[in-house]
Amino acid sequence: MQPELLDTSPRYTVTDLTRRLRRLLEATPALQDIWVLGEISNFSRPSSGHVYFSIKDASAQLRCVIWRSDASRLKIAAVDGLLVEAHGNLSLYEAGGQYQLYVDQLRPVGEGALYAEYLRLKALLESEGLFVPERKRPIPERSRRIGIVTSPTGAALRDILTALQRRYPLAQVILAPTPVQGVEAPSAIAAALGSLNLYAAPDVILLARGGGSMEDLWAFNDERVVRAVAASTAPIISGVGHETDFTLADFAADLRAPTPTAAAELATSVTVMDLRSDLEAFEDWLTKNALSTIQVRKETLGWQAQRLRLASPVRLLQGERQRLDDLNHRLLSARRQNLTLASAQLAGLKNRLGALNPLAVLRRGYAVITSQAEGRILTRIEQVHPGEVVHVRLQDGTFTSRVLEKEDEYDQEKSDRRDDL
Amino acid sequence: MTKKKAIEEMTYEEAFVELEAIVASLEAGDQTLDESTGLYARGQALVLRCAELLEKTELKVSQLTGEVLKDFEAEA
Repeated sequence: MQPELLDTSPRYTVTDLTRRLRRLLEATPALQDIWVLGEISNFSRPSSGHVYFSIKDASAQLRCVIWRSDASRLKIAAVDGLLVEAHGNLSLYEAGGQYQLYVDQLRPVGEGALYAEYLRLKALLESEGLFVPERKRPIPERSRRIGIVTSPTGAALRDILTALQRRYPLAQVILAPTPVQGVEAPSAIAAALGSLNLYAAPDVILLARGGGSMEDLWAFNDERVVRAVAASTAPIISGVGHETDFTLADFAADLRAPTPTAAAELATSVTVMDLRSDLEAFEDWLTKNALSTIQVRKETLGWQAQRLRLASPVRLLQGERQRLDDLNHRLLSARRQNLTLASAQLAGLKNRLGALNPLAVLRRGYAVITSQAEGRILTRIEQVHPGEVVHVRLQDGTFTSRVLEKEDEYDQEKSDRRDDL
Repeated sequence: MTKKKAIEEMTYEEAFVELEAIVASLEAGDQTLDESTGLYARGQALVLRCAELLEKTELKVSQLTGEVLKDFEAEA
């Protein structure tokens, strides 16, 4: 410590010093009317209507204020994590001893230089044909060797390994560890991709990083990384950030997965569950086939035995016997039919005969008269002579009588009818 | 099937490839009864091997450092 007399250092009160610093800041043109790029954090908007937050990047942060009058004109929904460009003046809040940016405009970085750089590089690589669909290679259904390029300590690796263990533990996994953010990340990622292809020859490579701000993911927009992805021998599935993040590495990859876990799933479209059911199907088939082999032989055997039986002389004999039976049967039934017919005919004849019996009419009161002299039946009056003896036959007996006189006055019709009898 | 590696030393892929071949050959069905019985028995053994591998397998993770592959131990 120096003696007090020799001490020429300036002395300030805190207020004096702070005020002086504030004036210094405000008098520096390079610190007024500036744009600052960073990610919003600790965003708050108390009832006063003023807005307080910080913007930060990987290694520093800056306090920001938006007065109520300006805050009401904000065009964007400012939330933590949003990468923005803030415009304003740098000054110092004396009571808090804090330098801060008094913001009058806030816009997403998409409208800013970083996004412009992203677009420029995208257009350049696109014009070289790095993103065309024809370049995309198919992802194998079953990869035996799966390469992973990511941070050895990140959540992305944990998620990938969990998914692979669950879906396809038969795989051999080769990790090429690399930082995934920071200035050294791009060259390290490109080198990891290169040596993985060179020394491990995987069937597929997963390039992954967990979610983060646009800046966190920036390494995956680096030209070296994008070119290394496009140059990879093995097909690459990228799983960088979240669903909504599209990096240039995603465009160059053969397949883009929304997350690291999804990348692991896309790398294993056939899972052990599928293998298990395939195996069960094979097992079923084997068992059925063994049974059916025996079954087919049994059937063939049965069929041959059947043919043998058909060809045997015993069978022939049986056939003859059956024919004999047939004939016999036909004979019998023919005879039976003939007999039936004959008896029916007989009965018919009998009836007809009965109707023709001349004596039947006697039961109805008629008589048959026979001449005694000539012995013939009298049917006409001219055959009858008075005084002649005739025999009269009734249904149940005969008597003899003599003709007293005759008249031939019967009308023709009646005599005709008698003729019919 | 010229190479007859012991089934219990086969990887899943080796066992499965031979299993497919056996099934195809049984499907063609041009063996004697004896031969097909033998093939069937080997097929069953391969199925068992595959099933065992599916049950037991743990994901094998190694780490590429420079040109060298080492076992990878995840940090908890």
